[in-house]
Amino acid sequence: MSSYDFDFGGQRLQARPSGALCWPTRRWLIVADLHLGKSERMARRGGALLPPYETLETLDRLQAEIVATDPVTVVSLGDGFDDDAAGRGLPDAICDKIRDMALEREWIWVNGNHDPGVVDSRLPGRNTPELADELLFRHEAGQGLDITGHYHPCIQLAGQRRRCFLIGEQHLILPAFGAYTGGLSVDDPALARLVASGIAVACGARALPVPVRGRAKA
Amino acid sequence: MILPPDFQDWFARQGWHPHPHQIALLDARGDTLLIAPTGGGKTLAGFLPSLVDLQSHQGGLHTLYVSPLKALTADIARNLSRPVADLGLKIRIEDRTGDTRASQRARQKVDPPDILLTTPESLALMLSYEQAPKIFGGVKRIVLDELHALAESKRGDQLMLCLARLRSLAPDVTVTGLSATVEDPQALAYFMGGAHIINADPGPEPDIAMLATENPAPWAGGGGHYAIPEVLAEVKQANTTIIFINTRAQAELFFQALWAANDDNLPIGLHHGSLSREARQRVEAAMAAGELRAVVATGSLDLGIDWGAVDLVIQVGAPKNIKRLVQRIGRANHRYNAPSRARIVPANRFEVIECVAALEAVHEHDLDGVPRPPGPLDVLCQHILLTACAGPFDADALFQEVRRAGPYRALSRAAFEDCLEFAATGGYALRAYDRWQRLMLRDGLWRLRDPRATRDLRMNIGTIVEAEMLKVRLRGRGGTPLGEVEEAFAASLEPGDTFLIGGQTVRYEGLREMVVEVTKQPTRQPKIAVFSGVKMATSTQLSHRLLDLIGDPGRHAVLPPDTSEWLALQAQVSDLPRPGVLVSESFPHMGRWHFALYGFAGRNALQTLGLLMTRMMEEAGLGPLGFLATDYALLIWSLDPVTDPALLLDRAGLRAGLGDWLGGNAVMKRTFRNVATIAGLIHRNLPGQRKTGRQATFSSDILYDTLRKYDPDHLMLRITADEARRGLVDFDRIEEMLDRSPIHDHRMLDRVTPLAAPLLLEVGKVPIAGQGRERLAAEQAAALMAEAGLT
Repeated sequence: MSSYDFDFGGQRLQARPSGALCWPTRRWLIVADLHLGKSERMARRGGALLPPYETLETLDRLQAEIVATDPVTVVSLGDGFDDDAAGRGLPDAICDKIRDMALEREWIWVNGNHDPGVVDSRLPGRNTPELADELLFRHEAGQGLDITGHYHPCIQLAGQRRRCFLIGEQHLILPAFGAYTGGLSVDDPALARLVASGIAVACGARALPVPVRGRAKA
Repeated sequence: MILPPDFQDWFARQGWHPHPHQIALLDARGDTLLIAPTGGGKTLAGFLPSLVDLQSHQGGLHTLYVSPLKALTADIARNLSRPVADLGLKIRIEDRTGDTRASQRARQKVDPPDILLTTPESLALMLSYEQAPKIFGGVKRIVLDELHALAESKRGDQLMLCLARLRSLAPDVTVTGLSATVEDPQALAYFMGGAHIINADPGPEPDIAMLATENPAPWAGGGGHYAIPEVLAEVKQANTTIIFINTRAQAELFFQALWAANDDNLPIGLHHGSLSREARQRVEAAMAAGELRAVVATGSLDLGIDWGAVDLVIQVGAPKNIKRLVQRIGRANHRYNAPSRARIVPANRFEVIECVAALEAVHEHDLDGVPRPPGPLDVLCQHILLTACAGPFDADALFQEVRRAGPYRALSRAAFEDCLEFAATGGYALRAYDRWQRLMLRDGLWRLRDPRATRDLRMNIGTIVEAEMLKVRLRGRGGTPLGEVEEAFAASLEPGDTFLIGGQTVRYEGLREMVVEVTKQPTRQPKIAVFSGVKMATSTQLSHRLLDLIGDPGRHAVLPPDTSEWLALQAQVSDLPRPGVLVSESFPHMGRWHFALYGFAGRNALQTLGLLMTRMMEEAGLGPLGFLATDYALLIWSLDPVTDPALLLDRAGLRAGLGDWLGGNAVMKRTFRNVATIAGLIHRNLPGQRKTGRQATFSSDILYDTLRKYDPDHLMLRITADEARRGLVDFDRIEEMLDRSPIHDHRMLDRVTPLAAPLLLEVGKVPIAGQGRERLAAEQAAALMAEAGLT
């Protein structure tokens, strides 16, 4: 098994090498920061005309995860779209692809700072600012125990920068799943404030756990 | 034009005679290219016609001077101020570089000086202003300094596109190119769009030789430290010495070794491109003031500031390139009519042969150089976007104008349209941006859809793409800045690691707000700083000379005895590489089979060949474990022996590997990053980027992988593949090696051969990854978990 299993908030969870989080007992699949429509948004704002294939690339990887885990519920943990207009600007073919993936599943779009509005009507699922269940899911880490995205954590391992999960006592922060997303080092003060010590799980061919900031609890 | 009497008087008062080439430039009509050695009064020659003409000038920009170095523009401004004051000329001379204050820039737009001194990048920026036709419409003369240096990179291509634009804006302008000695002046004249060539008197023959040392050069390595006592003795005898070293890391190490042996405390400085600007300026000022007896330098001192007092150049390490050696020797030009003095220090036995071959070439005036490739399309993409910043343009007119630039004289309309398409829509097979085009065609003219884009486009001007660098600073409040290291190097450091920078050993403490913090650690053995800039490979011509010399035992008498004995032994137990014959050997050593190929194709090409051949060996089940490439040879070690290298050197197989498998290699990604940045696909310098506390932008590797997967025929990938023929990948030289070597001579031997032995001692081995990197990462992660008490 190339995923990393761990306990958080009393639940057994699985950090997958792709950067997706699995909650096996409930059959949930959670991904953060898809940033769909990013290249379109940059072009609209007069920036560089990046290769317009990242949305397809991101969805292809998401689809592979859905096929592998067959979830009952899929959660996009905020910043699913690079902005609300990017959601509305998605080509029909892309919307069809997402609808196909959502067939016979519950699909939840948690709002993020990039996509605070209502999701486009061509897309499946429902919007919510946060999702309180046995665990609390929201885009940005706050007070109390939560599972979030937003920071795009990364770690340097064997000379390579990799996306990673960051697991602390109070916060579980997911890596960005979107193709054109940068990252923030787990050593950055912003992340150090949230997770004083814990474990980073690097993504790649296998999920590799690495301790961050001192001695973590076993 | 003749030299007016008051100018003649001025020369006489300085005790000078105008050089013949200075008079020839005054007489010349039309565009000219002046080829003159360092110290030949080249710059004054370039300005003399302007100064004479400016006696009766009516205001506005008269002369535009472009040089590759900011420092050079400041130097020129100072040097010109004297004759201008002495002659009572009422003219204003100003420079305009990245350092020029915003208020002065703004004023220059409405009230340009008589003479404007600038760099290619600042010129490109000024031409992107709407006011460009007004600023440059009346310009009479353009002086292009150090043209030979500019022509070696894409900065030259950009400058020539700007020159074509200037010629459209000011049709009567006269252009003068100034160049050091080059192998093909006619090619350089074509490059600047055609010019009459004036050759200055080259001056006396240089006094150049190998530095005699008590100890012979070591078998391997690149430090040249064995020659420290003799180098110090030479420095002591000379007035001022420049010690040139090929890489920054080696310069750091040599400088440290030099100081350790400098019992007389001779003032010696260090100068290279990774030092902080303050540190470099201190050394330059001390040098100009005559306070230094020597400076250890890399290519950062190849150009520019004329320090008259330099009377000796020492080149440590093989020169790699004859032309560059000649230009470096020229720096020792205490007096124009005295011969330049230079000494060469080979770093190892192979380099001894290379140095002897290079000296022969210098004496025969046989300079090397590769023909310039046609103007690259990424630079044209940038030029098209900047043209749009200045105002709407007509595609036909722009195409005609671009073809008047030397490097683009053979540009096809189809290639031009590809670049225009890229600039306008991104040029993707999936036409996703029809609503958000960057350029729109309206009323027959192309223009920016969103004029606010000018800001980003202007920020992205230029063709120099530096590796991401991080500043290095001593820990503590207001810690002294020491210089910069590449981000990739910084990422490889663990707290407690030591490295050399600015001539001192420092200890890595941590990364703080994008600054590498260090403390002084004078005693520890340093982990060497790796500044993995472009590695200069031995030139094709010099490699051929080297091969000629090695392959002809009758000429071995010119080599030092230890070197000729080494070659004689090689001839006895195996064979000598020679023109027309590609010699290779298989032999066991330390339980592994080794394969040595004496290709003499330069280190970049042989490194690429190593990647391709080990890949084929993997497929053939030979179990390759690693390889090493030098300028001369490729060494591969494996579980099973290579018995028939011809199979691995199959041209079609190598080409397929280049297009297919090597496409995913880091070297190709780096090439792509440069291309995409220049063309404007990736923006650099965006304000607010790379700030702490924010997510760094995603890497260009992602764009490269995405394009390869979804849009493999995209223009950026085509340009990247074209660049791979040269530079870091250098596939052309693999083909050149195969072309010139119809005969393969492969030997199966039972032990290490004399020629292969030094290779086994070299550093820079490349392990074959495969699953290697994954395994390495897993092991490191496991070790860290164990250390933290986790299992």
